[in-house]
This record gives sequence, structure tokens and C-alpha cells, in this order.
Amino acid sequence: MHNTNLFGVSALFDSPDKIILVAKKTAEAGFTNFDINTPYPIHGIEKAMKLKPSKLGFITLVFGLTGSFIALFFMYWTMSIDYPMIISGKPFFALPAFIPVTFEVTVLLATLATVIGMITFFFKFPENHHPLHDTNYMKQVSKDKFGLVIESTDKNFELEKVKEFLQSLNPISIEEIYYQAKENNSVLEPRFLTLLFVIALVTSGTTYFILNKLLYMTPFDWMSTQLKLNPQKPSELFSDGFGMRTPVAGTVAQGFIPYLSKGNPNPTELLENPYLITEENIKIGKSKYLTFCSPCHGNFGDGDSRLRGQFPNPPSLHSKRARDFKDGMIYHVIVNGQNSMPSYAPYLDNEERWAVVNYIRVLQRAKNASESDIQFAKKENVKNASN
Amino acid sequence: MNIDYSQEAPAVAGRLTLAEIEELVAKPLDSRPDKKYFIALSISGGALMIGAVCLAISFYYGLGLWGNNQPIGWAFDIVNFVFWVGIGHAGTLISAILFLLRQKWRTGIARFAEAMTIFAVICAGIFPAIHTGRPWLDGYLLPYPNQHHLWVNFTSPLLWDVFAVSTYFTVSLVFWYIGLIPDFATLRDRTSSKIKKTIYSLFSLGWRHSSRHWQHYEKAYMLLAGFATPLVLSVHTIVSFDFAVSILPGWHTTIFPPYFVAGAIFSGFAMVVTVLVFVRKIFNLENIITMDHLDKMNKVILATGMMVGYAYGMEFFIAWYSGVQAEQFVFVNRAFGPYAWAYWIMVSCNVIFPQLFWVRKFRRSIPVMMVIVILVNVGMWFERFVITVTSLHRDFLPSSWAYYTPTLYDFGILIGSFGLFFTLVILFTKSLPVVSISEVKAVAEGAQPSHHGGVANA
Repeated sequence: MHNTNLFGVSALFDSPDKIILVAKKTAEAGFTNFDINTPYPIHGIEKAMKLKPSKLGFITLVFGLTGSFIALFFMYWTMSIDYPMIISGKPFFALPAFIPVTFEVTVLLATLATVIGMITFFFKFPENHHPLHDTNYMKQVSKDKFGLVIESTDKNFELEKVKEFLQSLNPISIEEIYYQAKENNSVLEPRFLTLLFVIALVTSGTTYFILNKLLYMTPFDWMSTQLKLNPQKPSELFSDGFGMRTPVAGTVAQGFIPYLSKGNPNPTELLENPYLITEENIKIGKSKYLTFCSPCHGNFGDGDSRLRGQFPNPPSLHSKRARDFKDGMIYHVIVNGQNSMPSYAPYLDNEERWAVVNYIRVLQRAKNASESDIQFAKKENVKNASN
Repeated sequence: MNIDYSQEAPAVAGRLTLAEIEELVAKPLDSRPDKKYFIALSISGGALMIGAVCLAISFYYGLGLWGNNQPIGWAFDIVNFVFWVGIGHAGTLISAILFLLRQKWRTGIARFAEAMTIFAVICAGIFPAIHTGRPWLDGYLLPYPNQHHLWVNFTSPLLWDVFAVSTYFTVSLVFWYIGLIPDFATLRDRTSSKIKKTIYSLFSLGWRHSSRHWQHYEKAYMLLAGFATPLVLSVHTIVSFDFAVSILPGWHTTIFPPYFVAGAIFSGFAMVVTVLVFVRKIFNLENIITMDHLDKMNKVILATGMMVGYAYGMEFFIAWYSGVQAEQFVFVNRAFGPYAWAYWIMVSCNVIFPQLFWVRKFRRSIPVMMVIVILVNVGMWFERFVITVTSLHRDFLPSSWAYYTPTLYDFGILIGSFGLFFTLVILFTKSLPVVSISEVKAVAEGAQPSHHGGVANA
């Protein structure tokens, strides 16, 4: 036979009782590389063939436990660490509510691992080019016969002796099985390289098309084309093309009650400060003062601008004039502006304006403290330290 | 009548040889489909098209075309979902639970029942997907890392459903395919057509019927059966949680999980019997799917039907015993309110008619069996309708009470799901062996070594 190698010798038998006997005798004769092929699993054959019990269960166990662990940890991480959210008053790690998903993931992973592990690792499948395929032997054991094949790789294999041995078992028939010597497939074969190139081209082309073209076509562009106003784009809804609308005349936004003395440089009617000087109020005032006032007036109201002459420096807030201002006057200056100072009304709501006024009062008192103030502060310090 | 109960009835009747079994099962795959096949296919395909059109219109105009509205926010979509998932459960019960219980008679019907599981779960899966109204956004149901750093709510039964149904589908499919591998190999070795051989070779993965492989294969089959058993129970339990975890009277009951599982097996067996009666006749499989098998399935239907009946009674008892007024109102309203007609259809189809199966003659009579199992199918669909709609339609605020009427689109989509199911079943009968060849061969008479012969005699 040209270019063929012997795979093994096969024999067919016709009853399950017989094949058990055959398997037992073959194993006892010292053969190890032999196989029994039957159309369905025969009870007790693995004992007769002296096979070790299947170790498949270990794959199932390992992957099943991995599945439970991954699921539980993932749910713990998402629901308690990455984005903790209280749902129906349950704790972040709501174990009873995590059981169903843990179970499902365990089953899924264990099942898939068992099957994929069995097919690839235990069977070495897919293998449609095994020498036994397309032989008469295979066709018979696929249907209703029971076969034995002793492979040539067995250490006791000698063609004539094996044939003699098989003959002694009273088979229906004996068949020698050959296979074609494997062709030497070089990786650098032009056809293979062309295939690689085509695969690369198709993959990259498809990816490019999907990511850069397809996703911008209807209906996949539903995220980007929406009936809303996009910044810097004219509105199609209003005839003037603006998306932002001016409020209806007479509308008053919350916290922005219109100021009656607006535009009047020296109002006679000044508002009374409606806010008590509380710690919270001072905190708001400090934060707003530091944001809006301090760039020009300085952090402590000394008129030491941080703007390096880009804007005229205002006078100090600690002058006699400023200290003698009524609360309402400072409020008026904030809302109305004064000289080159613009109105800060749009940036501060009513409470914040008064809070700033209060904070300026704090600064003024601190910078121009009397002896009794210092004594009081010292007393307070001692009291705090002893606490 | 003298029946010898000490001897189990043979799993395969008529003393068929192994080759005859194979011939019988593989014959439909070798011949071209006849006219009747195409007539059946066009009827089921037509139903499928009706569903497809109704769905397309529903998506174009929006789900307002369906009948559900406040306070009946859940209606046909969830009813059909639960109905179809339930149908699927019989397949897994037959293939996994009866396998673990070493019931040989399961071999003749397991393949078909598993196929029905897969098709039923496909039908079921459609409804949660479409009821969102924008099914192309259903990807958000899965936990994936996104720009918003948002995750799905793992404490919600609706999310458990996503995991349960998708796991159930995957595991059933894998289980089914594992069972098919040796059959693909057998078909590969008997066909003379080159195209068929290529396809069968591809799917058989190169199976060689090797005993070294059978050993792992049987182990894997056992492991999978071991997993599928709790899985099937968990799936309908989780489905029942969709209702039971809410605090609505009529839904908020601890009996739901076992009650739903029993109902699922009940309806699933009824569907399997409905289809198998036709299949065994059309494909001459009377010796493989024997009257004894149908008899046993009818016994299961009788048993699970009574469990369901017990649950109906227990719901009323607990409503009375709990002393919760709202609960009592819901159940009295269920039986005597505007949906009394649905309730009594359910009770008579599920509890009263199956009682006929106490009589051996009825269990073994095809016409009687057909009528009862179809009534059970109807009854079980109505059970889900009653649970869903009657609990919702009169809520705590009498001013919002309403009467739910499904629209044509609801019915169209329901018909479409039946069309999809039967189209898949019909295609399956002509493209794959409807009975597991290798499993049936293994339980045929004389297929296994005798206890006194074989090794012992050697």
C-alpha cells in the first residue's frame, strides 16, 4: 500500500454479552491501546476494559464553585462597592436576594465547562479525520454491531499475532484499518497566507464599517439624533432659531425677588437685614464672598485686588465710611453695583446677598477689634482649650 | 383483567432489532417531505406571520395597541411568557428527572420533549423581550460595564428571570445537543448523500461510538441531568417570584413556587402528549412511543393536576385563614367577580376533567386523551390569565377598577407564538431524529449484557 500506515486491526461481534467477554480477554492479554466501539453504552464495559473512572466531575466541581464565587462577588461589588444603592430597604449585601442569580451562574458555568471540557479535553474533538471514519467497521458499529480495535501503537502489537488473537475470539469479521500519511502543511503556503490576509481584511473592514459607518445610519443613530436642542445648533422648533426662551413677562425666579431701588445710586429707603447672624449664614457668606468679592476686595476686604491692575482696585472695606454703612446699603451696592463695580444680583440669591453682608460685618469687626473684643476672644480660646 | 405488575412493560414494544429501531427513526429524514407536511407547515407559518405582522405594527405605533392599561399593567405578555416557560418544563422533567430516577420509558419521548422545551423557551423569551416596548434596547437587561457606571438591580425578581430563562435555554440546548451527538454519528454513517454527510459529520464532531468516550459521555449526561433538575425547579420558582415577591393580594403567597412548578409540569406534559399522539401516528413510532408511555404520562398529568387543584383550594383557605380583608376580597372576586368565567374554565379544565384519567380505559384511549390534554392546555393558559388579571383589575382604589379586554394585536401575537412553536416542531420532525436512536437501542430487549451471561460466565 502506497503512502499509507496501519492504524490497527478491528474485529466485529454481534452481541453485548460477547463484547464484554472480548473486552475482558483483550485487557487480560495485556493490550492497552485498544478500543471497544458500540452503538450505545454497554453496562459494565468500563470494568471489563479496566478503565479508570471518569475524572470529568472535577471540571464540573471547579467551574461550578468558580461560578458561584464570581456571581456572588460580582453582585457584592456592583451593589455594595461600585454603585451602592438601597433597594426596598435591603442591605447592600442582600444575600437571600443574591441566591437565585448565584445558582443560575453556577449551573451555567458548570454545565458549559463540563461539556466543553469533555468535548475538547477528554475527546479531543472535533476530529472528523480519524482513521476509523468511513470504514466498514465504523458503519457497522454505528448501527448494530459491537467492535474491537487494537491499535498499532500498542506496545504488544504485532500484526500476525494480533490477527491470530482476534481470530481466537470468534468474530464476524476482521478488518485492517489504514490511514493516509499526513501531508506536510507548511504555514508559509501561499494559499494559507492568502486566507490569513483575507480574514484580516474582512475583519478589519467589517469593524471599520460597523463602527464608523453603520452606527451613523438610521436606525442605529437613535442615540445621536434626538428631538432635542443641541448646543451651538439652531432650534427647529422656534421661528427665531433660538432654543433658549426668555421667561414670560412678570415671572419671578425663586430667590430673585425684584429689587425696588435698582438703578438708584443713593436710595433713601434701605432694606432691613432679615437674617440673623448664625454660623451657617456666615459660612454661606464666607463662601460667596471668597468666590465673588475677594478677587477685587481681597480675602479680608483690604482692597488688595488679585487682578494685578487689570481692573481698578476698590477702596478698603475697613474705611470709616464703609464701616458706617447700614446693612441695607451694602446690600444695595451688591445688587445695584457702584462706580466700576457691576451688579452681582444674577450670581447671588437673596439669602446669599445678606449672608455676604453679614460676612463683611465679621471682617470689619475682626480687623478693627476693640480691647474688649480681644479680651473676649482670649477668654473663648481658654475655654475651648480647656474643653 | 390480570396484569402482572412484577414485570415492567418493555420500553420498546414489538421486539424490534437494533437495525429496525434505527431504520424507523431515521426514515423521515431520508424521504422528501410530502404534501401534508407542507400544508401543516403553511398553516403554522401563517400563524407565525400573523404574529410577526401584529408585532411589527405594535412596534411602529407603540404598545398602546395592546389591551393592558392601568390598573391591569401586566396582561397577555406575562400570561404567555409564563404559559410557554411552563410548557418547556415537561421536557427537562422527562429528560433529566426521569433519567435520574432511572425510568427507562423516558428514552422514547425524551428527545422530542427536550426539543419542545427549547422551542417553548424561545416562544417564552419573546414576551419579556417585546413587553419592554423597545426590544432593541433589551441589552440593558444584562450587567455590562457602561459609561454611566450603572448596574442592573440584582435584587429584583425580574432580573433573576433574565438569568434563569437564559441559563435554562442554554443548558437545555447543550443537553439536547449532547444527546444528539451519537445520533448524528449514526446518521453520518448511514447516509449516502454527500451534503448530508458533511452536515452530520460537522455536528457529530467526529464521534466514534468509542467506549472510552461513552464512559465520559454517560458521566457528563448524569452531571447535566443533575444540574438540569434543580435548574428546572428554580426557573419556575423564579418566574413565580415575579408575582410572589410583590405585595399584591392574590400574588403575595408562599405557595406560589411549588404551585407554579406543579402547574408547569402539568401543562408541559399535556403539550407533550398533544404533539406526541400525532407524531407517533404520522411517523409509525407506535412501538417506540408506546401506549404504556402515554399511559404513564397521563398518570403524571393526573397527579400534577391534583397538586394544582390542591393549590387552588389552599389559596382560598389561606385567604380566609389569614383574616386579611383585601386577600379575601381578591379570592371571592376571582371566583364570583367579573372574571368568574375565566376562573371556572380554569378549574374545570385543570381539576375536574383530568379526573377521568383515574379510569385505565380513558388513559389508554387516544380520543379521550386528546380532548383532556387540549382542555388542560387551555386551562393552564387561563390559570396564568386568572392569576395575573384578576389580581390586578380591582386594586386598592375602587375608583380605578377596570375590566381588561385584550385587543386584536394581543390575540395576534398569541397566535404568532403558537405559530412559531409549531413551525419549529414541524421543521424539527423532518430534520433531526425525533427519538434518540442510541438511547432507545440501549433499552431494547437484549441490548444489555444479561446478568448471568457475559463476564460471569467467562
